Amino acid sequence: MSPNLRIALRFLTAKKRAMLMSLSCTVLGVGLFVLTQATTSGFEEFFIKTILGTDGAMRVEDKIQDTLRQMTAGGGSDFQISQRQGLKYIEGIEEPKLIINALKDFSNVSGAAPVLRGSVLVRADFKNESAQVFGIHLEDQLKVSDLGRQIVQGDVATFREQPAGALMGRVLADRLQLSTGSSFILEAQGQRLRYTVSAIYETGVADIDKMRVYVHMSEARSLLKKPSGVSFVQVNLFDKDRAPQNAMQMQEVLKHSARPWQEREKSWLSTFRALRISSAITVSVFTLIAGLAMFNTLAMIVLEKTKDIAILRSMGYERRDITQIFLWQAGIVLTIGALLGCIVGALSTLGVSHMPLPISGIFKTETFVVSWNGWHYVEAITTAALMVMIASLIPARRAARLEPGDIVRGTAQ
Amino acid sequence: MAFINELALRCNGLHRYLGQDDARVHVLKGVSFAARRGEVYAIVGPSGCGKSTLLYLLGLLDRPDGGEIEINGQLMSTSDDAARTAARGEHIGFVFQFHFLMMEFSALDNVMMPMRKLGRLSQQEMVERAHSLLSSVGLGDKTHRLGTQLSGGEQQRVAVARALANQPSIILADEPTGNLDVKNSGLVFDLLTRLAKENGQAVILVTHNPEIAARCDFTRPMRDGLFA
Repeated sequence: MSPNLRIALRFLTAKKRAMLMSLSCTVLGVGLFVLTQATTSGFEEFFIKTILGTDGAMRVEDKIQDTLRQMTAGGGSDFQISQRQGLKYIEGIEEPKLIINALKDFSNVSGAAPVLRGSVLVRADFKNESAQVFGIHLEDQLKVSDLGRQIVQGDVATFREQPAGALMGRVLADRLQLSTGSSFILEAQGQRLRYTVSAIYETGVADIDKMRVYVHMSEARSLLKKPSGVSFVQVNLFDKDRAPQNAMQMQEVLKHSARPWQEREKSWLSTFRALRISSAITVSVFTLIAGLAMFNTLAMIVLEKTKDIAILRSMGYERRDITQIFLWQAGIVLTIGALLGCIVGALSTLGVSHMPLPISGIFKTETFVVSWNGWHYVEAITTAALMVMIASLIPARRAARLEPGDIVRGTAQ
Repeated sequence: MAFINELALRCNGLHRYLGQDDARVHVLKGVSFAARRGEVYAIVGPSGCGKSTLLYLLGLLDRPDGGEIEINGQLMSTSDDAARTAARGEHIGFVFQFHFLMMEFSALDNVMMPMRKLGRLSQQEMVERAHSLLSSVGLGDKTHRLGTQLSGGEQQRVAVARALANQPSIILADEPTGNLDVKNSGLVFDLLTRLAKENGQAVILVTHNPEIAARCDFTRPMRDGLFA
């Protein structure tokens, strides 16, 4: 053990109460930082998981109309000016098979499913509701969404076997008082077709659960009178974070608009990010308090130990040794505080994750959603380290600046 | 002893002002002094004559406003803080009036403290030397007692042992017996001078005690910032 560390340890134990206060503040700061980051990130991650499970990582939809204006110089010259005049889109995808085949060439694409979408009126025995029908190829759809896992009543196999079967959102089914096996009518384009509820799904996203009815693609084509083409292709990716880059490449290659989930859910994601940052700032106040407590404790020790500092300096201890002795003290408190803080943070995160909290609307959960992420602990420790060490530098430097002659003279007189 | 009578410390024309503005006092007015190894010097004089100020300057704890200080032939008055600190650790041992032990540490730890910083000896050698020094000041059986568990006389004896720890060439003692009873005063003084002479160290002590001063090799009376 270095002499400076040995001295730091003794100084620490001499001011037990003050040190315990500093330690408690550090533990609280780190623990709360971990907890708040775990909960805010937890909800954000759960939201992302939900939206990826319903609408996929990306949608390839409307065709881009070439609007490039060119002027070519006459007289056999090769001179040419090109100017793009903004993008225009032609609604829908005319050749979904070609698009899906092209999508398969992208290494990050794990699945692609065509969807035909249209507005319908759902007629049940008691009331009617406006909705949107989604014509899907079930097997393809299951590869790009969590639809199979979102079934809360009935099963997917029944839908697979029933040509006139439908998957209905829970909110819509409740409003229409429909359950599995019930029949209803979808009305669109002036025609009415009868379907049976094969299963009821629940994504937790209210806008989806109250609006969407999934039917087989062939049924949707008949209902919407669209014998060819689809509204969009839902794409799933192996690495969801690369969606924006992939979307740009796809748009360039496929000449169809491609919207990554980050763009699609921009407003919600911004809200979650703002929430996470604001809670981090709030909790940083606790670590700031830890820093202030450390400052206070060390400042007290400097005042009380001026004589000891003079002795050490008279024995050949340098200014940097004195600084080190005080920084060691801060470092010891910080290390113990960070360690205990992480344990407290992890335990409270575990406790909070079991707290009942029924939420539905943007996602569905019955308990607090938390995220177990090592970076939260790294961030918490880094924040606490910054606060505590900055706060400790001032008294440490003050101690180092003390002139031994002044101290000895002051004490002797 | 090879170093006996070698010049350990020399100062020439030392000036020192203390206080600021209207309260500024010219404490030392061109003091010159030299000390040889193996000899004991007493600086005496009334309170406020500048004895302690001179001692702190000689011990490189303070900086002079004018004049020169040489330690073992090396000019130190103009050197930087690092060089002065290193010189203190290697060449100078201090004994203060109020013992100045580090109370959270044992007697053994206090004596080992300068050795740990100098880093010349192994842990085992440091422990052995600290034990030996504490035994020589009569505290061989109290090595593990904390500073708070020692009497005033015992604390000062630990301070003497600590001052000798790195075998410095100069021992500076500021009223080493000023806070002790007669019996302990004699004991500490005898220890200091005996061990210093045995090791060939120059001992410079500031004292108000005429008996102690009379027992030193040289006595230098001071008055109004100058040697009389």
